[in-house]
Amino acid sequence: MATAEEVAKAAERRDVRDRWLLSAPALLVIFLAATGPLLIVLIYSFLTPGPYGDVKWQFSPDAWLSVFMERDIFDDTLSLAAAHVTIFWRSIKLAVVTTIATLALGFPTAYFMATRSEKTRDLWLFLITIPFWTNLLIRTFAVLQIIRNEGIINTILLKLGIVSAPVQILYTDTAILIGMAYVYLPLMVLPIYASMEKLDFRLVEAGYDLYATRFKVLRKIIFPLVKPGVIAGSILVFIPALGAYVTPSVLGGGKNMMLSNLIELQFGQGRNWPLGSALSITVMIIVMVALLAYVRNAGKSGVRHG
Amino acid sequence: MNWKTTTAAMGLALLATSGLARADGELNIYNWGNYTSPDVIKKFEAKYNIKVTITDYDSNDTALAKVRQGGTGFDIAVPSQTYVPIWIKEGLVQETDPGKMENFKNVAPEWANPDFDPGRKYSVPWALGTVGVVVNTDAYKGPADSWGIIFNTPDELKGKVNVVPEMNDVIFAAIKYVGGQQCTDDKTVLKKVRDTLVAAKPNWIAMEYNTIEKMGAGDFKATSDWNGSALRQRLANPAIHYNYPKEGYGLWSDNVVVLKEAKNVENAKLFQNFIMDPENAAGLSAFHRYANAITGSDKYMPADMKDAPEVVIPEAAKAQGEFQTMCAPEIQDIYTKIWTELQK
Repeated sequence: MATAEEVAKAAERRDVRDRWLLSAPALLVIFLAATGPLLIVLIYSFLTPGPYGDVKWQFSPDAWLSVFMERDIFDDTLSLAAAHVTIFWRSIKLAVVTTIATLALGFPTAYFMATRSEKTRDLWLFLITIPFWTNLLIRTFAVLQIIRNEGIINTILLKLGIVSAPVQILYTDTAILIGMAYVYLPLMVLPIYASMEKLDFRLVEAGYDLYATRFKVLRKIIFPLVKPGVIAGSILVFIPALGAYVTPSVLGGGKNMMLSNLIELQFGQGRNWPLGSALSITVMIIVMVALLAYVRNAGKSGVRHG
Repeated sequence: MNWKTTTAAMGLALLATSGLARADGELNIYNWGNYTSPDVIKKFEAKYNIKVTITDYDSNDTALAKVRQGGTGFDIAVPSQTYVPIWIKEGLVQETDPGKMENFKNVAPEWANPDFDPGRKYSVPWALGTVGVVVNTDAYKGPADSWGIIFNTPDELKGKVNVVPEMNDVIFAAIKYVGGQQCTDDKTVLKKVRDTLVAAKPNWIAMEYNTIEKMGAGDFKATSDWNGSALRQRLANPAIHYNYPKEGYGLWSDNVVVLKEAKNVENAKLFQNFIMDPENAAGLSAFHRYANAITGSDKYMPADMKDAPEVVIPEAAKAQGEFQTMCAPEIQDIYTKIWTELQK
C-alpha cells in the first residue's frame, strides 16, 4: 500500500513528466531551428566545393585553410590570406566606428528625451521609432538622394556659392559612415533611453549640491547608472554593423568588399560554398569573442548603485 | 495547414480574383527581373487560355542554385548561354526539341545550331546582346572604342567611371585588353590581368549594376555595360554613346529552357514555339531593348530600335565580337581569387 506521501510524490513526478512531454515538441522545434541551419553551415565548411556551386560530400579542410592562408595564384607560395584579413579588418573597423558614432549621437539624444516631461517623452519615443516604419533599403536610398552630386546638400552648397563643383560624398567612406550611423542610431538610443528613464535625477542634483562639475556628474553619476543601456545599445549596433550589406554597397559603390560581400561572392559567382560557410562561422566566432570580452569587461567595473 | 494547402488556397484565391478561373492551364516562368514583356505575356495567355506567373531572379548563379535544390514549381527558366551547358549536364532541363517546332524556321541561321546547345535540342533564343563601354560625350570627347576607358582611364573620366560587377564579364574584358584569350590558363596573361585591374581601380567611382539611373543623373560619366541598358540611357540623354571595344567584346544570349521538374510541359513547349514568332519576338525586344535571333522580327520592331547602334552591331565592329563561354572550374577559381584581390 502506498502512503499518501508516495501518492503525492508520484503525482508530482507525473506532473513534471507531462509538462516536459507537452513542451518537448516546442523545445525540439526551437532547438532544431536554432542549431539545424548552423549545423549545416558547419558541415558544409568541411566539404569540397562542387564544380558549379553546391558541395561534394567529400571531407576537405581546404575551406578553413583558405580563410586564413592563401596559395599565391602566380608563384604558388603559401602566405597569410592578406585579402581576407584586409576585408575582415575593414568590416570590424566600420562596425567599431559606427558604434562610436551612434553612441556619440545617441547618448545626448537619450539624455534629452529622458529629461523631458512625462507626456512629451512619449512623443519623442514615438518620433525615434518612425524610421523603423520604412524598409532599410528605402532609408538607405533616401540618404543617397541627399548626399549624391545632384542631391540636396550639393544643390544647396552650389546655390549658396560655398563650393563651385559638387562635393563628392557618395561612394566614399564618409558616405558609408553617414548611412550606417543614421540606420543604426535608433538601436542605440532606445536601450540608453530605457536606462536613462529609470535614472533618479535627484542623484544628479545631489552631485551638483556637492560641487561636482558637470563633467564629473556625467562621468561619476549618469554614465555608471546608464551603463547597462550603453552596453546593450553597443551590442545591438555592433553586431548588425559587422554584417552590414545593403548600406555599404549602396552608399560605398561596392568597390571595396565588406565581409558580407565576400561571403556572398563564395555562394554566387565564386562557387565555393565551403569557403563561404567557413567565413560565416569565422564571423560568428569574432562576434562571440567580442561579446565575451565586452560583457566580461563591463561586468568587472559595473558597480551596482541604488 | 501545410505549405501545399496554403499554396493551393492562395492559388484558388488568385484564380477567383483574376477572373481566369476557366484557364485551361498554367505556366510558371522563372526569368531575370524587368525582362519579360507584359504585353507579349497577355497575348500568350489570351491565345492559349493559359495563366502565366512570372518569378524574378537576379543572377545565373541564383537561378542555378535554386533550381538545383528542386521543388521550385517553375516550368521555364532563361539561363545565359554560358550556363546552358551546365543546366544540360546537371540534368535540370528536358529535351523539348525546339529545333523541330513549327516556328523554328524563323530562327536566324547563325543561332540555329549554337555550340552551347547543338541542334537546339533544349533551348530557344530569348535575347542577344553585347558588353561594351558607355561614355557620356559631354564629359569625354576622345575615342572611346576601347576597354582603355575602363582600364587606363583618360584624365577627364578619372573618378567618374563605373564598372558593372559581373565577374566573368569584367575579367573577360581585362583579358581582351591585355591581349589574351578568354578562359586562358596562361599565368603571365592572368598576372597582367590582375595588375591591370588593381591599377585601374583607383580611377573608378563605383562597381554597381544601377547604371541607367546613375548615368542619367550624372553620378557616372562612363561605365561598362550591356547594350540594352546603354540604349535606354541614350534615349534619356542623347550625349550617352555605346562603344564596341576594338580589343574584343563579349557576345551573349539568354535562352528559354524547360525544366525537368516542369508540371506544365505542354504549355512550356507552346511558349517556346510562341516566342519564335517574329511579331512576338519583336514584342519581347521592345520591352527588354535587346536584339533577338528571329528573322523577320525587324519589321515589327519599335522605330527607335530599328537602326540603333546599340542593337545593330556596326559592320566595322562585327569581327571583334566573341561569344563568351564558361571556363573550367579551376580557371573560374583563379578568376574568383583575382576578383577578391581587386575588391579587397
